[in-house]
Amino acid sequence: MRDLWPPFRDFFSSLKLTIVLLALSIILVFWATLAQVRLGVWGVQEHFFRTFFVLSKIPGTDIPVPVFPGGYFIGGLLLLNLIAAHFARYQASWKKSGIALTHLGLVLLLVGELLTGLWQEEYSLRLDEGQTKNYSESFRISELALIDHTDPQHDDVFVVPEKLLARGRDITAPQLPFRVVPKAWYPNARLQMRGPNQGGDPSPATQGIGPRIIATPLPLTYKMDERNVPAAYIEVIAPEGSLGTWLVSEMLVEPQTFTHAGRTWSIGLRLQRNYKPYALTLLEFSHDRYAGTEIPKNFSSRVRLTTPDGRDDREVLIYMNNPLRYAGLTFYQAGFDNNDRTTVLQVVRNPSWLIPYIACVLMGLGLCIQFGISLFTFVAKRRTAQAG
Amino acid sequence: MKRFIPSIVLLLGLGYLLSAFRPAAPDRGYDLEAFGRLPVLANGRIKPLDTIARSSLLQLQGRQRVSDPAVSEPFAATPGAWLADVFFAPEKADTYPTFRIDSPELLTLMGISEADTRITYDSGIKHAFAILGFLPSSRARFSFRQLEPKLGELERQTQLASPIPAQTRTPFQRAVIQLYGNIRHYLELKHTVVMPGSADFLGELLRFQEILPAGIAAVRARQAGQPYEEPALKAIMELAPRYDFMGGSTSILAIPPPSTAADATAWKTSGNAILDTIQTGSLNPAVLAYAGLAHSWRQGQPEQFNKVVELYAKELERRLPDAISKARAETQFNAAEPFYRSMTLFAFVFLLGIVSWLKWPEALGRSAYFLTALALVAMTAGIATRMWLEGRPPVTNLYSSALFVGWGAVALCLVLEAIYRNAIGSVAAGVIGFCTLLIAHHLSLGGDTLEMMRAVLDSNFWLATHVVVITIGYSATFLAGFLALIYIVRGVFTKSLDRGTADALNRMVYGIVCFGTLFSMIGTVLGGIWADQSWGRFWGWDPKENGALIIVLWNAIILHARWGGFVRQRGLMMLAVFGNIVTSWSWFGTNMLGVGLHSYGFMDAAFWWLSAFIVSQLAFIAVAALPTERWRSRLA
Repeated sequence: MRDLWPPFRDFFSSLKLTIVLLALSIILVFWATLAQVRLGVWGVQEHFFRTFFVLSKIPGTDIPVPVFPGGYFIGGLLLLNLIAAHFARYQASWKKSGIALTHLGLVLLLVGELLTGLWQEEYSLRLDEGQTKNYSESFRISELALIDHTDPQHDDVFVVPEKLLARGRDITAPQLPFRVVPKAWYPNARLQMRGPNQGGDPSPATQGIGPRIIATPLPLTYKMDERNVPAAYIEVIAPEGSLGTWLVSEMLVEPQTFTHAGRTWSIGLRLQRNYKPYALTLLEFSHDRYAGTEIPKNFSSRVRLTTPDGRDDREVLIYMNNPLRYAGLTFYQAGFDNNDRTTVLQVVRNPSWLIPYIACVLMGLGLCIQFGISLFTFVAKRRTAQAG
Repeated sequence: MKRFIPSIVLLLGLGYLLSAFRPAAPDRGYDLEAFGRLPVLANGRIKPLDTIARSSLLQLQGRQRVSDPAVSEPFAATPGAWLADVFFAPEKADTYPTFRIDSPELLTLMGISEADTRITYDSGIKHAFAILGFLPSSRARFSFRQLEPKLGELERQTQLASPIPAQTRTPFQRAVIQLYGNIRHYLELKHTVVMPGSADFLGELLRFQEILPAGIAAVRARQAGQPYEEPALKAIMELAPRYDFMGGSTSILAIPPPSTAADATAWKTSGNAILDTIQTGSLNPAVLAYAGLAHSWRQGQPEQFNKVVELYAKELERRLPDAISKARAETQFNAAEPFYRSMTLFAFVFLLGIVSWLKWPEALGRSAYFLTALALVAMTAGIATRMWLEGRPPVTNLYSSALFVGWGAVALCLVLEAIYRNAIGSVAAGVIGFCTLLIAHHLSLGGDTLEMMRAVLDSNFWLATHVVVITIGYSATFLAGFLALIYIVRGVFTKSLDRGTADALNRMVYGIVCFGTLFSMIGTVLGGIWADQSWGRFWGWDPKENGALIIVLWNAIILHARWGGFVRQRGLMMLAVFGNIVTSWSWFGTNMLGVGLHSYGFMDAAFWWLSAFIVSQLAFIAVAALPTERWRSRLA
C-alpha cells in the first residue's frame, strides 16, 4: 500500500494532468458549441456538461457507448487535481498567495456550477393582461392532472408526473377511487382532426374528444424555437370496470370531464406547475421600439405582487436587465406573445447564486497579485540591468 | 540629419491627419457639405444625410466613390452629390453603376451579358495595363437602369429563397437576397423626400395646397349627402394615394416633428407629412424645403439651393439644437475618416519597423514609435466620437469590437515599445492595427455602424465592464500570437533573431499572455454576473460564452505548460500562435453558428476568411516545428 501511494499522489497532483484536463475541456466545450446548432442549448447541457460521459449510439442501434469524458468527469478530476496539487506542492508564502487565491476561486466556481446543475430550477410564467397566477410552469416537463370539481368551493387536484406516465405502469392512490392506466405515451406528438371519411386505425381513445383526433408521434426536437408537445392515452379503471380511454395533450385545453360515483372529474395533461405562496397579476405589458423601426428598445411588464396574508401588495416593473427578485426566485422578462398582450416571464431558483460572485472576487484578486508581483520583479530587474 | 527623421515623420503624419479637416470646395457651386449636415431619423437614430449617403454607398457597392473604370470622371464628386441626385434627379442616378454584383449566376439572371461586363479602354496604355491585370478588365457594378427589366424575376427568386434558413442558403440565393435588399434600399432613398418621376415636385405640391380647401369641402359635403363639386373631389382623390404610396415606400423619416409636438422622436416620412396637409390645410415647411431643393437642383440654380439649405438648417438649429450639433459633428467625423487614415499610418509603421531592423535602428525605430502613437491618438479620437454620438461604451456591435480590439492591441504595443525599443512592438502594432481596421471596414459594408442596441443588450454598465474587459482580453491574446509570429518568421526565415531579441520576445509573449489571461478571465466571469443579474443564471453555455471560456482555458494551458517546464521558448511561441486561432474562432466563429443570445452578426463571406486565417496559423505552427538546425537564425 505504501508503495502504491506516491505514484497515485503524483498522478493526481501533476501539472501534466492539469494540462490534459484543460485540453480535454476545450475540446468538450468546442464540440458542444458546434452541437448546439443541432441539439439546442438544453440538449447540449444534458449531453455534454451535466453528465459523466458523452454518449453516442452505435450506428444502426440504440446502444449508447461513452465516447468522450463529460462535464462532471472533467470538472471532477480538475477539482481533485487542484486540491491534490495544493497539498502536494504548496508552501505558504506571499509570493504564492496569488496563485492560491486564484485556484481557490476556481474551486468555488466549479463547485458552484455543480450545485447550480443540481439545484437550479427554471420555470416559465405566462400572464395575459389582467390575469393573476400563483404558480409558474415547467418549460418541458408535463403532468397529468385529475381534478375533482364536485365541491363548488374548491377543487381536489391529483397530479401524476410524466415520468410515471412514460413508465406505463398502473397508478393507484388512496385519494383516487379508480386506477389510472397509461396505455401510450408520446414525448412529442402532432394532433390533427380526423376528417369525416378518414380511415386509418381507430383511435385507442373511447371518451372525450380523443376519438375525433389522430395523434401522430414525432421525433424529439431540440430546436430553440420548437418545443416537444407530449400526448398520452390514459385509461381510467374503476373497481366496477373501465370508464374509458382519453387522449390527453397540452394542445387540448378544453377540459374533458367524466362522472364516477356521483363525483365530477376532469382529466388533462398540462405543464408541471409550481405553486407559490403569493400571486402576480399582469397590469400592463409594453414593447417599445426605436422610432421608425422594428428594433426592440425595451420590453417591460408592470405587475402587481400580492400575498394572501396581505403583507405584500405592491406594483413591480420587470424589464430587460432588471428582474424581480422575491422569495429566493428571480423573475425576468423572457418573451411576449399574443400581439403584445401576454408577457412571458422566466422564473429561476438558484440557491447557489452567490458562489460565482465570491469566486470572481477571489480570482480577480489572485491574478492581480500574481501578475503584479511578476511585473514588479520584472521592472526591478530591468532597473538594475540598466543601472549596471 | 538622421536625428531629425523621427520629428519629420511625425510632422508628416500629423499633416496627413489634419488635411482631412480642410473644407471641401463647393461642387459646381452647390454647398453639398451643408446639405449633408441636414438630419433625418433612420434606423432609430437621428443622423446626417452625409452618413446616409456614405453607408448606403458602402452597402450597395462596397465603396464610397461612384465611378466606372472606363470613364475617367466619377459620376458624382462626393457621396453627398450622389445622394442629391438620388433624391432630386433619380433619372440621372438610375444610370450610375452603384449595384455591385459578383455572382456570375446572378448576373445571368439579371440579363447582364459578358458584353456589358467587359471594359474597353480608349487609350492603348490603359488597354495594355488591363491585359497585364493592373486595371480591372471586367465590371462588377451596374446601374439601376440595367437591372430594371429583370426586377420581376429578381423578386420571384427572392420569394423562392427567403423561406430557406439563412445558414443553408446557396451562394446564389444569398446573392439574390442581398441584391433585392439593396434595390429596396435604393428605392427607399428615392422616395425619401420627393416623388420620383415628378418633373416639378414643388409646383405639384403648391397646386395640391391650392386645390385642397375645395377638395376637403367636397369630401365633407359628400359625406353629409349634400351636393358637391365633382372635379375638386376627383383632383384630391387622385393625389392622396400618390402621397400615401410615397410615404409607405420609405422608412427614412425626413420630416421633423412640429415644435409643439410632445414626442421629439415623432419624425415622419415626407409622404405622410404631405398627407397631413389634409388635416392642417398648409404644407409642412420641411416638405417644402426639400421640394425647393429639388427644384433648384434640377434647374441648376446653386445660389437658390444654398439659400434653401441655409434657411432650413437655421430653422432646425433653433428647434433641435442637440440633433443639429450631433449631425454636424458626425459629418465632420465622416469627412475626417479617422480609421481609414490610421490604417494608412499603420501601413507606414509596419514598413518603418521592418526597415529599422535592417538599417538605422535608432532613427527609424523611433519614427515608427511616434507614428504608432499618432495613429493611436487618431483611433482614440474616432472611438471617442462614436461613443459620444451613440451615448454608449466603446463596444456595441461586431464593427466596434474590431475597432476596439485593434485599439487595445496597439496600446499594449506602445507600452512594449516604450520598454524594449526594438521596433517589435511597432511592427506588431502595424500589422494588428492594419488588419483589425481592414476587418472593421468590411464589417461596415452591412450599413450604418452606429446601430441601436437591442433590448437584451441595453445596459451601459455591463457594456462598459464585461464587454470592454473581454475585448481587451481578445486584444492581448491576439498580440501574444502576433509577437510569436514575429519570432517564428524572423527565426526561421532570417538571421536577425539573435539571443537577446529572442529572450526579449519570450518575455513579451509571456507578459502579454498573463495580461490576456487576467482580462479574459475577469471579463468572462463578469459576463456570467451580468447574466445572473439579468436572467437569474450565471452560465448558460451560449456559444459566445463558450468561446470566451475556451480563450481562458487556452491561456491557462499556456501558463501551466510554461510553469511546468513542458514548453520552452519555441513551444511557447507555437502555443501563442494557436491562441490566434482560438481567439478568432471565439470572436467570429461563434457568430457564424447563428444560435444563441450573442449571434448578432451573422456573416457568410467572413467564414472563408476565418478558415483561411486558421489554416495560415496552423502553417506557421508547422514551420515553427522545423528542427532548429533548419532555422536560419542560430539560437543555440
